[in-house]
Amino acid sequence: MLAHSIFFYFFSIIAIFSSLMVITSRSTVNSVFFLILDFISVGCLFIMVGAEFLGMIILIVYVGAVAVLFLFVVMMLNVAEQKQSWFIGKKSTHIPIGLIVSLLILLELLVVVGGWKYKDDLMTSSTLSVSNISNTHQIGLVMYTDYILYFQLAGIILLLSMIGAILLTFRQRIGVKKQSYFNQISRNPSSSIELKDVESNKGVKIDD
Amino acid sequence: MIEIGLGHYLSLGAIIFFLGVIGIFLNRKNVIVILMSIELILLSVNINLISFSIFSGDIVGQIFTMLILTVAAAEAAIGLAIIVIYYRNRGSIRVEDIHGMRG
Repeated sequence: MLAHSIFFYFFSIIAIFSSLMVITSRSTVNSVFFLILDFISVGCLFIMVGAEFLGMIILIVYVGAVAVLFLFVVMMLNVAEQKQSWFIGKKSTHIPIGLIVSLLILLELLVVVGGWKYKDDLMTSSTLSVSNISNTHQIGLVMYTDYILYFQLAGIILLLSMIGAILLTFRQRIGVKKQSYFNQISRNPSSSIELKDVESNKGVKIDD
Repeated sequence: MIEIGLGHYLSLGAIIFFLGVIGIFLNRKNVIVILMSIELILLSVNINLISFSIFSGDIVGQIFTMLILTVAAAEAAIGLAIIVIYYRNRGSIRVEDIHGMRG
């Protein structure tokens, strides 16, 4: 129990610190790196609390795909050296309102969490992992039977986002020589081979 | 304090949500950091769902966490594609410069 609380405070302090650094760091590349650190520490929290499958999925999907996608885009767009303009230069007028709104949200959430009456067996972490089948097995038992529709919908969402991203970023380049597969395949000997009688001292005129 | 319960995880989710919301308002540099703040908010939602799922012994919360993960990945892909084509047209992704629709 002591180790559980030590690990919880360790990972959660790292998560809070790194999410603070994501929003205040001066260069965008540093923000992406702190985002990766945030995802890793939250994934470790998930593994620690007993949701091993989701923790690993967070490591794979967030760190392996989403954060690397962010990193690619940051490096492609050449915005890494742009300075954070709210430290220097003119101040934004949205900052006080944003601070008030987000502080109110935090206060409301903390009041709700602090004043919540939990059931007695809900508060202790001794009820964790009571079943003898693994977390992945449990998720699989539920996901492919009761929630198969939502699983398929998630697949459709991913397909749509893939098609959308490809359509958005696709552009037809002008002046690039490309293979034309249809013209290549539809050639036949009658249209591409021609027999000619060559007269002497005249030669053959090609490409007429 | 030593006993880690549901309230601790919910507080962690609340704090990360707060930081994500404040990151949206705070950032004037580029839209990528705003997308990262949205990812932080979705991550805090995931923390809430997983902690409720674990501490109440119901596996369904983890299923919904997976759906939120899917939506987050799709949103990041579409958002970054929009940012790429915006940068290709305008040459800048500063938030102050994006006022073409006078919103």
